[in-house]
Amino acid sequence: MRSRTMKFIALLGTVLLALTVANVQAGTPKRGGTLIWSVSGTPRHLNPAVQSGIATGMPGAQLFATPLRFDENWNPQPYLAKSWSIADDGLSVTLNLVEGATFHDGVPITSKDVQFSIKTIKAHHPFKTMFAPVKDVETPDKHTAVIKLSKPHPALLLALSSQLGAVIPEHIYGDGQNPKKHPRNSENVVGSGPFKLVEFVRDQHIILERYDGFFIKGRPYLDKIVQRIIKDGSVRVLGLKNGEIHISPFEALPQDINYSKKEAHLTATNQGYAAIGPIVWLAFNTKRGPTSDKRVRQAIAHAVDRNFIVKAIMLGSSKPAYTGIHPDSVFHEPNVAHYDLDLDKANAILDEAGYARGSDGMRFKLHIDYGWAGVKNLAEYLKPQLKKIGIDVTVRASPDFPSWAKRISTWDFDMTWDVVFNWGDPVIGVHRTYLCNNAKNGVIWSNTQQYCNPIVDSVLDLAGKENDQEKRIALYSIAQKMLAEDLPVYWTHTLPYHTIYNHTKVGNPPQTIWGASSPLDEVYLK
Amino acid sequence: MVSPFVLSLSKDGPRSCSDKFSTKGDRETTVFEEPYSFSPSVVQFLSITIKRVGFGLVLLLAVLVLNFCLMHLAPGDIADTIAIDAGGADEEIMAAIRKDYGLDLPVWQQLLKYLSKVATLDLGYSFYYNISVTDLILERLPATLLLVLSAQVLAITVGIVLGVIAARKPHGLTSHFVTVLALVGYSAPVFWTGIMLIILFSSTFPIFPIAGLMDVSVEREGFAHVLDVLHHLVLPSITLASIFLALYSRLARASMLDVLGSDYVRTAQAKGLSEFLVVYKHALRNALLPVVTMAGLVFSGVISGAVLVETVFSWPGLGMLAVQSIVARDTPTILGILFFSSLVVVIANLLTDLVYRIIDPRIKTSSA
Repeated sequence: MRSRTMKFIALLGTVLLALTVANVQAGTPKRGGTLIWSVSGTPRHLNPAVQSGIATGMPGAQLFATPLRFDENWNPQPYLAKSWSIADDGLSVTLNLVEGATFHDGVPITSKDVQFSIKTIKAHHPFKTMFAPVKDVETPDKHTAVIKLSKPHPALLLALSSQLGAVIPEHIYGDGQNPKKHPRNSENVVGSGPFKLVEFVRDQHIILERYDGFFIKGRPYLDKIVQRIIKDGSVRVLGLKNGEIHISPFEALPQDINYSKKEAHLTATNQGYAAIGPIVWLAFNTKRGPTSDKRVRQAIAHAVDRNFIVKAIMLGSSKPAYTGIHPDSVFHEPNVAHYDLDLDKANAILDEAGYARGSDGMRFKLHIDYGWAGVKNLAEYLKPQLKKIGIDVTVRASPDFPSWAKRISTWDFDMTWDVVFNWGDPVIGVHRTYLCNNAKNGVIWSNTQQYCNPIVDSVLDLAGKENDQEKRIALYSIAQKMLAEDLPVYWTHTLPYHTIYNHTKVGNPPQTIWGASSPLDEVYLK
Repeated sequence: MVSPFVLSLSKDGPRSCSDKFSTKGDRETTVFEEPYSFSPSVVQFLSITIKRVGFGLVLLLAVLVLNFCLMHLAPGDIADTIAIDAGGADEEIMAAIRKDYGLDLPVWQQLLKYLSKVATLDLGYSFYYNISVTDLILERLPATLLLVLSAQVLAITVGIVLGVIAARKPHGLTSHFVTVLALVGYSAPVFWTGIMLIILFSSTFPIFPIAGLMDVSVEREGFAHVLDVLHHLVLPSITLASIFLALYSRLARASMLDVLGSDYVRTAQAKGLSEFLVVYKHALRNALLPVVTMAGLVFSGVISGAVLVETVFSWPGLGMLAVQSIVARDTPTILGILFFSSLVVVIANLLTDLVYRIIDPRIKTSSA
């Protein structure tokens, strides 16, 4: 007995020692090495100033620096701007740029480039709300840029960070060509970020190399990043398993995530998706048929079991979502109406609203749409579930994403599963779903529910221009409560984005709010 | 213009053929009496070739028009997919994209505009990648050709060998084994076969890489690079070959059985020739005909099989590009790829005809 205890202590000691060694190793970044990173798709091109989306955003954040960056707790940090200040009236924001920063061709980065970049983004980036209040950018000297606003715009700081606010060289893109079709968007890209482009081969790989003239001394740690484009998710996970791939962000299949968690050398984390903020919801057409009645929407919400979705369908890899703002966001308000599963209540609401059951036990018929394979089982789940409250649901599949997008954006639907991203600040990615004037025929991820509540509009408008963070949080809290009452969409869970990485190789995996679409200058190989 | 290939066909090929087939009567020998002149059969051959090329051109036009219409029937267009990719957009931007790509014109005008461009061999610009479609296709063509041809060669050789082995003892254990193996390969979905091979040979026994055309983490040049690509080619080509292996081995087995029972084989056996000579020199040659015909006919099938295999193995060929451009509603790229692959199929069928004539000189007279 005693010797067994001794053995156990010895074993424990060894394990502790090993852990300490591992910790020490983890703590000291090492220079050098090639990080192999896998993604599922090829970006259209590599210029994030005129192309949104994560496919461009990930390599884009390596190629192009932004004035600011954010840490994992939503705090803005200096990056290309060493400091910044917001005027008391909130109508101008001054950026003080670091000195000695250069583009990859050696040309100095000046305030003129910042001015040019903001103007290019304002004119060509699909997210119009990012710089909509920007009237002008003044450049009193080479290292100072003053952004003049028509109204206070707290979303500006996020719009100046990774994924959204790339600083691009005026001497390359300012030649009069259409920046969206500029040949230098995919070839000979001259960036301002920690890595420069070596090669971009569509559907194969993007190779990035350390830029020795990067303005943060000693960074980046990695010599090279190879981004392998592998379409099939299970193949990516097998590559992580056999060591061919070091890290794979944006993995969203519960099976793949849970499989990786069982592998001793792999870690799957959902840190790093707070800013992207992907939320899955059941959207209602509020202008057509029974779903135009708020009570019907509330009854359906009571019949859809969020707990079952998170635990059984998503295999525990998602978080429950109660509002349109991601649970990892500072603006998320958890204390709203949750519509927990209550079939009796759902039936009672429908009875009271006058939707009597017919001879077949059904009250009315509805279609449920879905646009991609990942939510097929969610759509199928609704059929038996809503039958319990007398709604006859027909599942309508779309052959692919664009077909679905066309149906939904032209309002030809009753209910649909949808995934919408927050894109950092609510002004950029949240308001669009609920504002009356954003119900735009033919535009996907506008207010496709055609929901309209002028009071919600004015609360969102106030929140969008409130520079006091506490007041802003309070305003968004009110808006979320009102929306949960009106229920234009029923938020169920977060898209289970995970970064799967080999923790025996990768040190400092990207875990800031922008995750893998933030600069990887601090990532190193063990 | 008469290609040297056609001339050499009547000069060397058939003559040696006629020697070998001398036991089969005098039909062939009469055809090749004057090998150096344009015999009626050569004229026939040319006219058939011209006809085939003509049909091919009509087919290409039909492919373009039909696919153009199909693409326009599908809901959604490039503006929608760009908006999806971007995670949202704005109606002005979407309208600008449509105007930019001429999608605001009536469909028939778009079609005419496109056809007149293709007539000058200009396949236009990819909506999605904004580069020339011809460049995009040429960039991808080598990878697909490498995959498709190596899979075909593999399937045909292994198929014939298995078929011949099976035919020699048609009810033996080997024959049954070959049949089962071939049918399993044929009936298993190709993406499943692919994933299973990856699990087995990249994960359980990490011998081959999981995906891709080459290892880009290390720079390789010359022979090392070729070896690296071949290393990456093994699993995808086996996967693609597995579908057609059944076809070829069953076909080779059946036609071998047929030929082995024919009179001239019995004659050869009666002459006292060795079993090896009879099987591989006399019988096999004739038994190959249906296999070659089939190889040409299923070439289009191999290309469509490549779409799936390329997606599973992230093999950067035309198949992957096709999938991507269909999903992105990148009309010029899809039409370009379909144009190209129908061109390849037309050429493959033409070549089958030619090879057919080399293997069996009887075709020349009987095709009249």
